[in-house]
This record gives sequence, C-alpha cells and structure tokens, in this order.
Amino acid sequence: MSTTGWGAVLTLPVAEDRDHIQGPADAAVTLVEYGDYECPYCGAAYPIVKQVQARMGERLRFVFRNFPITTSHPHAEQAAEAAEAAATQGRFWPMHDLLYENQRNLGDRDLRAYAEQLALDVELFDTELAGHVHAERVHQDFMSGVRSGVNGTPTFYINGARHDDSYDLETLLAALARGSR
Amino acid sequence: MTGMNVAHSLLPLPPGTKAPDFELPSTSDKTISLTDFRGQPVILAFYPADWSPVCSDQMALYQEVLPEFQKFNAVLLGISVDGIWCHLAFAKDRNLHFPLLSDFEPKGEVARTYQVYRAEEGTSGRALYVIDAEGIVRWSYLSPVSVNPGADGILRALENLGEEGA
Repeated sequence: MSTTGWGAVLTLPVAEDRDHIQGPADAAVTLVEYGDYECPYCGAAYPIVKQVQARMGERLRFVFRNFPITTSHPHAEQAAEAAEAAATQGRFWPMHDLLYENQRNLGDRDLRAYAEQLALDVELFDTELAGHVHAERVHQDFMSGVRSGVNGTPTFYINGARHDDSYDLETLLAALARGSR
Repeated sequence: MTGMNVAHSLLPLPPGTKAPDFELPSTSDKTISLTDFRGQPVILAFYPADWSPVCSDQMALYQEVLPEFQKFNAVLLGISVDGIWCHLAFAKDRNLHFPLLSDFEPKGEVARTYQVYRAEEGTSGRALYVIDAEGIVRWSYLSPVSVNPGADGILRALENLGEEGA
C-alpha cells in the first residue's frame, strides 16, 4: 500500500445512484474503501472507519466497494454477493456490518442466518445468491478497483486519490482533514 | 508502510528492446522458454521470494485478474530464485494457477539478464515486463521491493499493444 510510479486515482467516480454510501453528497470529503469481507486487514480497518465516521459526522461521505480476493479468501465472493443481495432489500449497511463483525463465519448457512437476523425476505435472498445475480456488480467493483490501482485490501481513496499511507485512526483522520473542503 | 527500498541503479530493459530468451524449469520435469509463447503477449512478474507477504498478495491479485489478462491472449509467468519444490508448495498453498519459474541455477541469471537482480540480497527485484507477440519489450516497471505494484499498469500496457498493433 504505497506509491507506484504513476498516480493512482479512482477510475470509476462515486455515483449516488450506484454506490453504497453513508453521509451526505455534499460532504466536505469522500472516503472510498475497496474491501474484502474475509480479509483480516479489512476486519481491522472496520472499527477504525466507524470511529472516523463517528468523529467526522456529516463532514464525511463514506463509500464501500467490493474487492474479493477469492484466491486467498474462499468465502469473500459469496459474502460480497450477500451484501449486494441485502442491498436490493435496502439493508446493505446492516449486512456489511454483520459480515465484518463475523468475519470468521461466512459460510452459506451463516449468510442465511444474517439475512434472517436482518429480517430480510430470505427466500428472495437465497434465490439471488444461488443465481449469482449480483456477481456482475461485484466484478464491476473489483475491476474498477484493479484499474484504479488497488493492490491489496483494504485500499482507500480520499477524494479520488489513493491513500498511500497507514490507515490507523490518527493518520486517516489527518489525511481526511487535509482533503476536506 | 515504511522501509521502501528504492532499487538503486537497477534499470529494467526499456521498451523496444528485444526480450532476452530464457529457459527455466516450472516443475521437476518441465521447462518453459520465452519463445514457447511467440505469437502472444507475455507478462513477466519478477518477485523476490515465495511466501513473503507482499509477494503473496501480489500473486493472489494476479491470479484473480488472470481472466482479464487472458482476454488479451496474454500469458503470465512469475519468476523468482526459489527452487521448483518451493514454488510448487507456494502455488498449491495460495491457489496459484499460472507457472512460477525457478531462476535458481545459475542463481538469478534471468533476473540479471533483465537487469532486475538485487545482488546484495541475492533475489530478484519486484519488476514487471509486458512483452509483445514478436518478443519485444513494450513496457517494463521496477517497483520498490516493499510495494505491490498492482495490475493496472499491466492492463494498460496490454491495451496499448492492441492499439499500436491495430
């Protein structure tokens, strides 16, 4: 997670009607994360992002995009599709949070239990997962990350420029403060 | 992440250079030559060592992006100074399904030829080459050894091949 010889920027701009977003469109600064639900580093970043959001409130717009590395994480793709299936029922963020809070339990039965816990239409959820109807969306996210210079997870972008530094709380807050309008 | 070792004085072969041929083992009974792939683009990913964290992430990413490379009919070859049995164990453990070539004896000879050998460490640097169907280097990049260079540069180079060849 450091600089390559060329500037890495977000090649797919954040879109209100496409992306999963927390925070206002006119926030002072936008933070995009490319993440994998089974990646332990993303799991470690999850509570940090929560703290950043709590500190910054409405000054921050946070966006999450999928970057499952199935070569290393066999459950990452299905977990990403589960979050997208929850999104079709308006529950992306609760599912996103449950997945990160239960990273070690991402088997199919676990995913179904989370759907039940969130009171989703489980039949619809199952059908969408079985048919991989969200695989294309997940792949779009993944390729947008590859083309933007994501080289591992998590990778963060602040106002569209890759954050080539640590993502501990203080570093991230300082970088977001510098990026704030 | 600190400790970026800028690879002093190493300069990979520039675009336009004829890619030096090589023949290296990929398994105990199989060798691979660059000329085996004449007629299609070849991506060479030189890396320092099997099992190291950055190499593992980089190779996992390339495995994940392999279908995109294959859309350009490109072949991906990983190269390090590790022996074949080390490569096989690494590939099996990390689910890598592209050849890892063993630049083991004489040690690092191919990395030296491609001007990316780190003599003081005794390993290859972290370097990428995209070679066209005629065996000409079209893009090369030497990354700081602690930095995973990602796949965007490779994809851009493969796209440029298509445009220039058209």
